[in-house]
Amino acid sequence: MRIDCPLCGPRDRREFTYQGDALALDRPDPEAGFGVWNDYLHNRDNPAGPTRELWYHDSGCTAWLVVTRDTVTHEVHRVELARDVKEAGK
Amino acid sequence: MRLPSGGLIDRSHPIRFSYDGHSYQGVQGDTLASALIANGLKTVARSFKYHRPRGIMTAGSEEPNALVTLGHGAGQEPNLRATTLELYEGLAARSQNCWPSVNFDLLALNDLAAPFFGAGFYYKTFMWPRAFWEMLYEPAIRRAAGLGALSGLPDEDRYERAFAHCDLLVIGAGPAGLMAALEAARAGADVILADEDSRMGGRLNADLTEVDGRPGPDWAADVAADLAQMDNVRCMSRTTVTGAYDHGTFSAVERVAMHLPHPGDAPREAFWRIVAKRAVLATGALERPVAFQNNDRPGIMMAGAVRSYLNRYAVAPGRSVAVFGNNDSAHATARALIDHGIHVAALIDSRPGVQTDLDVPLYHGQVCGSEGRKGLEAISIATASGIEKVQADCLAVSGGWNPSLHLTCHMNGRPQWDESTAAFHPRPGMVPGLEPVGAANGVFTTADALAQGRKAAQAALTDLGLKPANIPLPKAEDGAYDITPLWSVPGRGRAWLDFQNDVTVKDVKLAAQESYRSVEHMKRYTTQGMAPDQGKNSNMGALAVLADATGRSIPETGTTTYRAPYTPTTLGAIAAGARGKGFAPERFTTSHAASEEAPMVEAGLWYRPSYFPKPGESYWRESCDREVGYVRNAVGICDVSTLGKIDIQGQDAGEFLDFVYTNMFSTLKVGRTRYGLMLREDGHVMDDGTTARLGEHHYLMTTTTAAAGQVMRHLAFVHQCLRPALDVQFISVTEQWAQFAVAGPKSRELLNSLLDHDITGETFSFMGCGDVSLGGVSARLFRISFSGEHAYEIAVPARYGESLFRLLRARAETLGGGAYGMEALNVLRIEKGFITHSEIHGRVTAFDVGLQGMMSKKKDFVGKTASERPGLMDPDRERLVGLKPTGPVKQLTAGAHLFNLGEDAVRQNDQGYITSVGFSPTLGHFLGLGFLRNGPDRIGEEIRMVDHVRGIETTAEVCHPVFFDPQGGRARD
Repeated sequence: MRIDCPLCGPRDRREFTYQGDALALDRPDPEAGFGVWNDYLHNRDNPAGPTRELWYHDSGCTAWLVVTRDTVTHEVHRVELARDVKEAGK
Repeated sequence: MRLPSGGLIDRSHPIRFSYDGHSYQGVQGDTLASALIANGLKTVARSFKYHRPRGIMTAGSEEPNALVTLGHGAGQEPNLRATTLELYEGLAARSQNCWPSVNFDLLALNDLAAPFFGAGFYYKTFMWPRAFWEMLYEPAIRRAAGLGALSGLPDEDRYERAFAHCDLLVIGAGPAGLMAALEAARAGADVILADEDSRMGGRLNADLTEVDGRPGPDWAADVAADLAQMDNVRCMSRTTVTGAYDHGTFSAVERVAMHLPHPGDAPREAFWRIVAKRAVLATGALERPVAFQNNDRPGIMMAGAVRSYLNRYAVAPGRSVAVFGNNDSAHATARALIDHGIHVAALIDSRPGVQTDLDVPLYHGQVCGSEGRKGLEAISIATASGIEKVQADCLAVSGGWNPSLHLTCHMNGRPQWDESTAAFHPRPGMVPGLEPVGAANGVFTTADALAQGRKAAQAALTDLGLKPANIPLPKAEDGAYDITPLWSVPGRGRAWLDFQNDVTVKDVKLAAQESYRSVEHMKRYTTQGMAPDQGKNSNMGALAVLADATGRSIPETGTTTYRAPYTPTTLGAIAAGARGKGFAPERFTTSHAASEEAPMVEAGLWYRPSYFPKPGESYWRESCDREVGYVRNAVGICDVSTLGKIDIQGQDAGEFLDFVYTNMFSTLKVGRTRYGLMLREDGHVMDDGTTARLGEHHYLMTTTTAAAGQVMRHLAFVHQCLRPALDVQFISVTEQWAQFAVAGPKSRELLNSLLDHDITGETFSFMGCGDVSLGGVSARLFRISFSGEHAYEIAVPARYGESLFRLLRARAETLGGGAYGMEALNVLRIEKGFITHSEIHGRVTAFDVGLQGMMSKKKDFVGKTASERPGLMDPDRERLVGLKPTGPVKQLTAGAHLFNLGEDAVRQNDQGYITSVGFSPTLGHFLGLGFLRNGPDRIGEEIRMVDHVRGIETTAEVCHPVFFDPQGGRARD
């Protein structure tokens, strides 16, 4: 598997660490209640198809990336800097 | 028998080799198989299950029969295919799975009992008693059945791993592959051309097909030479591309030195990871056999292989050869035999009405049996007029050709059935960027192969934005491929499908009859296709028989899954470089060389001194107790550089730290250090450590050794994913600074003997920090303590680490102290109740370790909300306590569990467990830290400790976790 890091270019999967679903970017308000926090911390979808994931380029530029890829075809549709995604969301 | 002329061999270069202890001679260019044929050997192996004599069947990596063992001891390598082993001076091969010899094998008795040994025999027979299966049946069966044996010793051979990148990877160097590589190379693309053979050209070398008006091997050699001298091309012969993976990644094994009598420094094999923007699959096709009674007799081989042996190696597999087929390959073999002056005893074509212009006896029918004692002597032919017998010592068989499309299926693709060629063809797009061409794509003429190779390369070039070179297409043979499917010839007796696993037509029919109708079930029930050849010779035949037995068509029946690797791959090659010390990098501190007497303990990748033995000390505890005494009574020196050090700067550095730590850091004064606790977002403790404020916008965080990487990743996550607006930058400086603990009542005295300017209790009070210098070298000094004593940590640029350590150690020794290792460090911190990752192991909260007071109520921080969940604040949770033994057994053990007195030591009664223990020379008894249900409210209680693993049991008193100097005055004085 290869990931096209926006800063470093296409690199082998072994340079990256996988961290799980990109919804980790959407940290709830401290007062949002345990239900919302429970979803944020523990509940994940397991889609057959497109999914947004967080990857950390630890053997490269140390950027956190949001990788949109397909769990069926393994196609990588989009790789963005998590920082950009987070800032665009505000 | 060697032919008097011809062949792509060097007759002027004889090579001596041995097989089963007998000496033979071959020539340069031979494989072991061709050399064995040249020396007239027929039976070269015994079959897997029935120990039937078997001969060479193919001329390539798909060979099911001729497997041999090379080497002895640790260098022994079994199951090597004689058909791909290049002959070299002194090669010594042995036959396998036979005793006492390949020609007389006692276990051939199995063959007489064959009627009992059909598919599923083991499952049906060895059923009772159950325990006997593992103890008795399986070992006996495994001894009787099998292929080559492993030595059981570590493989001492050298292997390498390598990486390559290219625009176009061409897999296979037959006409299609050579054409694709040349087109792409001329257009300026970076090309890798890989072929498993030692010689480029593929079938051209076996068939001598004319290309561009010249013999095929000459054309191939010229193109290969052309490519080899181009800078943008890497020609890799002896390289099998074994797997196709995501995003243009391919695995390949290169046999670098396996063909050399004296490999020198060259690795035996290299395991390649090749990343290609585009790939062309030009792997050709494999010829398939036809099943008929006793079709496994030595002397019966594939028609295409016979042409290889005649044309490429100039050896004749027989003196009187019969040829049998359902397609034109049989006719080509008959023609080649005649060209080489070999008698063709019969040409048997199963297609009605097909004629030949060759001067050979032509039979319209099917071979239905074979005879012969040590090898083939005669065949039976079923024709319209009855059964005829013909004398022959070799039978060349062709049941048609299967495209070698394996790699196109490695990413879960399935091939599609093509009626006109009676074969599975690759479905387009099964591996993105990989284009099958030529015979691998079901196109069986040389002219079409050349055209497809060029076209695929041009498409790839256009995709990559390169201009095709449009090299001219050479002229070559062009004709239709005519085949009428024939899978098995009806008749009595055993007709073999899978030669390597001894599976017959009857076995497959039995599987269908017993409801193993799915092709995957049939495979597992009969073991067809599960041998090292992975069914390359047998899958299609078995599939067709299964389809017939279940009344379905072949496409309805489907194929089994193709998986990597394409050919058997040695584990040594895959693991290249990762054995022993190569398994993981070693990180050494700057004081490593100055600590040579110390046994090392691994901490992550780091190696740290366990203790520093002195002459006369025979037991590690003696050294450890002495080193603890240094720190409690004088001064000790310890390298603590392995702790993670993260330099954090920026306008918002304080705000950032307030968010990642449970306690406040923005309020910390410059020149001060504070202990911090970090949680995961789920409310459990992630790590702890001290952070110093070096300047208004400059902090230095320390992490535990074990969690340094994890904390760095976490900080990056928090910054980039949660708080990107914060103005903060950080970088690991762990390796840039060497840091040493100077601990003990005489620590200040020691430092003042070295520092350029003396320090005092005022300039460096407890938890103070700042710049100092020694010998003109700038250093950082932190007054922090992990031992509870008056202590410092001094940090210098790493290049001064070793000399500073030697200096500190020598000065400490003059003051009655010295260096201490991890064992003493551990005892010192247990005496003080300080936690490490033994305690904060991922399942504990700040509440559990008694640090809930460090969780600020004034701010949000990572883990705050989740840590407030009621279940995580329950007093009845297992919480940190100290323990000391009270019973007759004075020992505590880490990992032991705690139970109430008088209760059974079973899981239901579990009250907690011990995480750290050490013998305290200061207090004169063992100490333990552990987690106990509602522990802090049970101080003074007596509890039962049971270590089920080590068989140790004692009673212990529950204590406050701080055993020594609970007021902490010694660190502050």
